[in-house]
This record gives sequence, structure tokens and C-alpha cells, in this order.
Amino acid sequence: MKPQKNPQHITSKNVPDDWFTWRGKNTVEQELVARPSLSYWQDAWRRLRKNILAMSGLVFLILLILFAVFAPVFSPYEVDTGVLSEQYQPPSAEHWFGTDGLGRDVFTRTWYGARISLFVGFMAALIDVTIGIIWGGISGYKGGRTDNFMMRIIEILYGLPYLLVVILLLVVFKPSLFTIIVALTVTGWVGMARIVRGQVMQIKNYEFVLASKSFGTKTPRIIRKNLLPNSMGPIIVQMTLTVPSAIFAEAFLSFIGLGISSPNASWGVMANDSLGAILSGNWWTLFFPAFFISFTMFAFNVLGDGLQDALDPKLRK
Amino acid sequence: MEKILEVKDLHVTFKTYGGTVQAVRGVDFHLYKGETLAIVGESGCGKSVTSSAIMRLIPSPPGKITAGKIVFKGQDLTRVSERKMRSIRGVDISMIFQDPMTALNPTLTIGTQLIEGLKQHKKISDKDARIRAIEMMELVGIPNPEERMKQYPHQFSGGMRQRIVIAIALICEPELLIADEPTTALDVTIQAQILELFEKIQEVTGVSIILITHDLGVVAKIADRIAVMYAGKIIETGNKREIFYKPQHPYTKGLLNSVPRLDTKGKLQPIDGTPPDLFSPPQGCPFTARCPFAMEVCNKVYPESTAVSDSHRVDCWLQDERAKQLLATMVTN
Amino acid sequence: MLKYILKKLLIMAITLWIIITLTFVLMVSVPGSPFNSEGNSNEIVQANLEKHYNLDKPIPVQYLLYLKSIVTLEFGPSISQPNQTVNDMIGRGFPISAELGIVTVIVALISGVTLGVLAALRHNGVIDYLSMGIAVLGISVPNFILATLLIQQLAVNLEWFPVATWKSPMHMVLPVLALATGPMAIIARLTRSTMLEVLTQDYIKMARAKGLSPWKIIVKHALRNALMPVITVMGTLLAGIMTGSFVIEQIFAIPGMGKYFVESINHRDYPVIMGTTVFYSAFLIIMLFLVDIAYGLLDPRIKVMKKEGE
Repeated sequence: MKPQKNPQHITSKNVPDDWFTWRGKNTVEQELVARPSLSYWQDAWRRLRKNILAMSGLVFLILLILFAVFAPVFSPYEVDTGVLSEQYQPPSAEHWFGTDGLGRDVFTRTWYGARISLFVGFMAALIDVTIGIIWGGISGYKGGRTDNFMMRIIEILYGLPYLLVVILLLVVFKPSLFTIIVALTVTGWVGMARIVRGQVMQIKNYEFVLASKSFGTKTPRIIRKNLLPNSMGPIIVQMTLTVPSAIFAEAFLSFIGLGISSPNASWGVMANDSLGAILSGNWWTLFFPAFFISFTMFAFNVLGDGLQDALDPKLRK
Repeated sequence: MEKILEVKDLHVTFKTYGGTVQAVRGVDFHLYKGETLAIVGESGCGKSVTSSAIMRLIPSPPGKITAGKIVFKGQDLTRVSERKMRSIRGVDISMIFQDPMTALNPTLTIGTQLIEGLKQHKKISDKDARIRAIEMMELVGIPNPEERMKQYPHQFSGGMRQRIVIAIALICEPELLIADEPTTALDVTIQAQILELFEKIQEVTGVSIILITHDLGVVAKIADRIAVMYAGKIIETGNKREIFYKPQHPYTKGLLNSVPRLDTKGKLQPIDGTPPDLFSPPQGCPFTARCPFAMEVCNKVYPESTAVSDSHRVDCWLQDERAKQLLATMVTN
Repeated sequence: MLKYILKKLLIMAITLWIIITLTFVLMVSVPGSPFNSEGNSNEIVQANLEKHYNLDKPIPVQYLLYLKSIVTLEFGPSISQPNQTVNDMIGRGFPISAELGIVTVIVALISGVTLGVLAALRHNGVIDYLSMGIAVLGISVPNFILATLLIQQLAVNLEWFPVATWKSPMHMVLPVLALATGPMAIIARLTRSTMLEVLTQDYIKMARAKGLSPWKIIVKHALRNALMPVITVMGTLLAGIMTGSFVIEQIFAIPGMGKYFVESINHRDYPVIMGTTVFYSAFLIIMLFLVDIAYGLLDPRIKVMKKEGE
């Protein structure tokens, strides 16, 4: 439908007379050139796929999850039984990541550690999201005095030093998978609640929500059908950033002696155990847990950044 | 009359992910000393880009002036150094932006923002600068200037902020003022006051004004001459009477017909369709697809500029003798 | 402004009260009493504890007396080290920890803002990718791992820096580096994104149209506005630096408060944990309050409420 090519020799000076014939308006031609319509999620996925860094983060995380699930199953070694005579073996064909001071296989322990770190991370994020959506959703949707009251509580909780509260709780209740997750979420949900509230307050005033209301749609349905789907973007981004911070917190706690105790291995515990070993040259005992903590956090961070860009409706082109 | 500014065959492009946008495609116009030229057109036609190009404020990359000249008082602004350009901006040429709510820095006082341009370009004591600032605020009609200089932008209404923006633009006594949609963001009642202010400052300072707008009401009030822009080209220029009473280009006519007026009866006539995509602009007249008088030639070759009178020029094939014959046959039929 | 300060002050007071009460409730509810666990057979210690926590009185009275002791800044005795009080430990450790913290904050702020501004000014250029690469790594590598790496490479292998203790400026380099990298990365990312946003604002275009020099535009118009969000995260960053100092002091054997705190956790020295937690929390909550006030002073939209408020 491109305009016909104009022969080179014709300029505005010498146009042939027979070109002076009516052509008429033809606005239809133009309107046809529209871009294919994509749904919000299709469009976001299309843009995320173009982000190489975010996609490599995603691939890394998928591999990590697969290994965490299956590697211990196939490993010939137990997580907590080592052969003392085989302590501090460098990486080899039998022990891919070497062995630690108690002769335990670092490869096996690393994947057990992955299970724990990922479990803590995802559970913490999931609980944060659940509480955050309920609290933030009610606060933002109700508005007025309810909102005011609920926000004051958030403001106060927000002022509490997160890790100190976690430490305090774990000092009193013996550290276990359960208590660590509880401690991490006691004040952790506050950030999510703030985000959800902000989203809900913004969206509830949009015309399509007002329209649903005017048809007499019931509140729970409005929340489910209108508010949640439209505030999903920032919630997902916040989730991707909650997971690494929970993983970091767990490792940090292990490091100051409030981690998950034997026979379980978490990356933080493994790193802490091998602090002494590294100075005597047994680098692998620290390297593998440290590498996986750092890379998992890195992967989540770049994925979160990528999602943030991909899910931002303002950037839609 | 002395020409203060002459723009010749200006081309500006923007590189984007989707390709290169030819935002301005060979624009010619000039401005006489002390007059007001309005550049009128739909959004996206390149009028704001043209004004930014004169100030050399096109974000680069992605934007670039690819060809043409901008001759201001004898020197070509497309060729001067950035340093030299900085000494021209604010001193010889000033600019006013569309939205006064965002054009002022929220964290600095009005006084600071007024004075900083003056301090940058002229050797002037703080005390004299303050006196000059107060003078300017009085000129643009802000009561209690001494008090208000210490205040922050959020303490001013939209109309008052636009007055301050105008004062900032005029404080170094520029010879050329470019106003990019100066009233679009304001309430209708405030718009009239700001337009009156423009007339007043032109009377007092003799500044030449380029007014960028899509609002023909604004044009009717304060412009001396009008340039109509479409798809990166100026398709018709003339003085106010010529454009309003004897428009030649079908687009100009369409533009005038789509504006509500008290003296015409009947329905408003919108222009059908949308402007062409400037990623790949048509090689003929860009209005062809929407033009009720489009001929085969329009689609193939861009028309030459034709003089209708000494001050009135138009780019349209309908000015050609052969088209006039065609029109005559249609009328007799 | 006055109203703003009062509101923040009230919230600060409630937060403080909650953390103080929380410590008390948790200690009282520890299965068995935390104050007579096995390791604690020393009679002097037991006497000190009973005196400080008024263990012979009913719990509500204990609580009130506990509140009083905190208000009068008496944080109680230690179990693991008899003849020592928490106040002694704070007196010895806090100056060192504060020194580490202040140097870290300064380093993180200067380097973070510089990286962020450079990245924003060279948006999508090499410097942008480089500094954002550094920033993502800085956020991803936990400070205790970085610290270990630094010790192993720069102190043990290359012997460029001394390790352990806190004597000369050279002793400060590695701990500060380990502690400042995370906050620096966060500041750099935040500065970059707000700076990019600010640079597209009309008032920047307006400043350019005034003919101001690029330097003046960046410092006076852009940076000032871009740094406002950085101030709002300072509270969180301070908290991060503080908790980070627990492990950093432990790893580098710096005799600061953090080291004592981690030791007390390992020894389950409950009175010390309680006392130090309350002290840390109070310190942090007051810092948060000061950050809020600073923000109010810098943002004219809050500052000028003073005129209407007074």
C-alpha cells in the first residue's frame, strides 16, 4: 500500500498534466496500520524476554530449583554424615564440590542448603504477600478512619528495626525452619501492605471500577476482579525482591549463630562453619555456599528489575 | 522591516527503537523584529521540536538537527559552539514552557530562580539583581513581589506561576521570546489574562515572539503572522487576516472549520483521519490522505511554495493552473 | 512543621515503647527463666539480676520498674561476665562502632551518589552499565561474604591491609569497604533512577533555557531534587549498616558493640541481649526521627507548613 514510486526525473517543476485528476480522501488506508493488540501479560512477557540479564536470572533460578529438588535424591552422600578421614578433600570426581571439615560432601550439602534457603525465601514472600494484600487491600479500599488507623499501625511497625526484632524472637524461641520464617514475617509484611494500599487507592478511583460499582457489583467481586489483577505488577516485583532479602536474612542469622541447626544445612550455616577453613586454604568449603547465596540474590535482583520494567504500564510502547 | 530570525530548510530527526522519526522536514520561516509569529498545528506536527531546535535544546541523542540553518541576528545557531549557545540562551533568546506547574523547581525559592539567570550572564550585585527581579515581578503583575520572592512554587496558583515563568524568561531582556503552548495548561479565564500580559510586555520591551500553539483562539488574539504546520512542514504562512479570511490550503481551511465560532451556523466539521506516520513520511503532500481535494499529483510530488500575495505563501497543488482548471470543470458540472 | 514534628515524635515514642515492652514480654515468656539458666551459677550475678529485674516482685511491678530502669538508662547486668553491666559494654564498644558506622555512611553516600549521578548522566553508556553492574553485585553479595573474601585476598594473600582489631586508619579500610558496599549500591541505584526522572522534568529544560552551565544545572537543580528519595531511605540504610556491623565486627575482631552483641547471643546472655537490643533500637528509632526532620527541613512543601502551623 506504499505510494507508487515517483520516477526520478519528475520534480515539482515538470509534473505531467495527466496527474491532475481527482483522487479523493482515503483515510481508511492509514487506519489499517495498527500494531497487533497484545494483552498486558503478553506484552510484559514479550518485553521481559528481550531483557537478557533478567532472563538469565530466571533460567538460573529455574535450574537452581530443579537441582535443589532432585540433586539430593540422586546424590550417594547423606547431608549430615561425613567420613572424618576424608575431611577437606578438594573438589574431585567423587566429591564435586569437595568435602568439609567433618568429611561431608559439599555438593550434597549445597543442594540441601538450596532447599532451605529457597523454602525460607518463598515462604516468607508468600506470607508477606498474603498479609500484605489483606491489610493493604482493606486499608486502601475502605479509606477514611479505618485506613488512618491501619496506616498508623504500619508506620509504627515500620519504625521497628527489622533484624533486631528477628534476632530477639529467635533468641527466645529456638531457631528452626518454622520460627525463622515466622520471625522474618512478623514485621516483614509491612512493606508489601504499603505497596498494595497505594495501588488499591489509585485504582479504586479509576473509571472502570466506578463503573462496576454503579452496576451494583459487590465489594469482594470488585476486589477480586478489578483491584487485584490491576495491582499485580508492583506486587510481583515486590515479591521478587522479598525472596532475596529473606534468603539474606536467613544466611545472616546463621552467621551470628541463630541459624538452622544440624542436621540441616543452610548456605549461611555452611559459610559460617567454613570461616576458619578458608584461611587454611580450603577455599571450596566457603566458595560454594557463598557463590550460591550471591548468585541467587543476584538472579532475583535482576529478575525483579526486569519485571519492574516489563510490568510498568507507563513503558508500554 | 528587519528580520531577527530566519529558519531555512530545517530538518530534525529522532532515533528511536522503532526507527528514525523525521519530526521536522524542511521548515522555512522568518520573524521580523517586534512581531508575534504563531506556529499552529496539531500535536506531533513538529512545532515544539522546531522551537526547541532554535534554542538548541533538542535532547541529543536521540534528536539531531540534520540539515538547515537557523540564522539569528546574522549568525547560524546550528553552527555555534555549545558554550556560545549558553550565552545566547536566556540572554538573547528565552523560552516559556507549556506547564507552569512543572517548569519551576519545587525546592528553590522563586527569587533564586528569577535571579540565577541574571547572575549567570551579567556582572550584577545581589542587591541590583533583587531590584531587577522585583521590577520584573511587578511588570508581570505579581502583587507583593518582595514577600513573594521568598516563597516556593507550590505557594503560587497556576496563573501566577506562569507569570513568574514569563518574568524569568524576560529578566535578561531577550530580543526573542519563544512561548511553547503558554496557555494550554491554564484555566480559560487565566488564559485571557496571560495573553493580555504578552501584549503588554511586547509593548513595553519590544520583544519578538514566536508563539507555538494549537489553539486558534489564542492566535486570533495576539498573533501578527501565522505559520501553519503539518507533518513536519510549514504548509501555509500569511498574516492573521490572510490566514483567517483567505485560507488557501485545505488543511488550514479544515483547521478553521473545526473550531467553534459565533458567526457560523451549522455543525462543526472535524478533519477525518490522522496525520501520517513520521517514521516513513509520504513523499507527496502529507495531507493527501485526508484531503477532500486530493489529486494524483498530490500523492506523488510535494508541491512548491507558491506566493498568494507578498506576505502569503502556501504549499499546495491547488495553486497550479491545471488544478484550477480541474476545479472549474467540477464547479460547472 | 511543628505539627509534623509532633506527629513524628509521637510515633517515635510509641515505637520505642513497643520495642521495650516486646523485649520484656519475650524475656518473661522464655520457657524457664532466662535469668537462671544452667550456665548461670554465679551468685553475684544472680544477686545483680534479682536486683535489676526485681524478680521477687509480681510481673506488672517488674514491668514498671523495668521501664523506669530504661528511662534512667540503666540497661542491666551481664550473666556471662560478672561485674560487667550492659552500660559498661556500651561505653566501651559504642564509640568504636559509631566510628565504623559514621565512616561507612560517609563512604557509602559519597561513592553511591557519585556512581548514581555518573550513570544517569551517561544513560545507556558504558559508565552506566559499569556502575549498575557494580551496584547489582553490591546488593547481591552479602556483607559477611564480601568481608571474608576481602580478608582472604587483600589481607592474607596480598598482605596489603592488616586484619583484626581497630588501631590505625589502615585497619578501617577493609571493614568499611565490606560494610559500605551494600548501602552504596542501594544509594547508587536510587540516585540513578531519580536522577533520570528529574533530568526529564520541565524545570531542568527551563534551567537549560536560562543558559545555565551543565554543572550548575546538575548540582543546583537536578541533584538537590534527586537526593530527596535518598534521604528517605537513609533510615533503612542506617539499620542495615548497624546490623551489618554485628557480623563485620565479629569477622574483623573489632571490639565494638556488635561484637559483644553477637557474643551475648552465642552465650545466650539474655540480659545483655535485652539491654543492647533496647539500646540499638532506641538509637535507630531516634535516627529515623532525625532523618524525617531533615527531610521536612529540605522539602519546602513540608517546611513552609510552619507558617500556617505556628
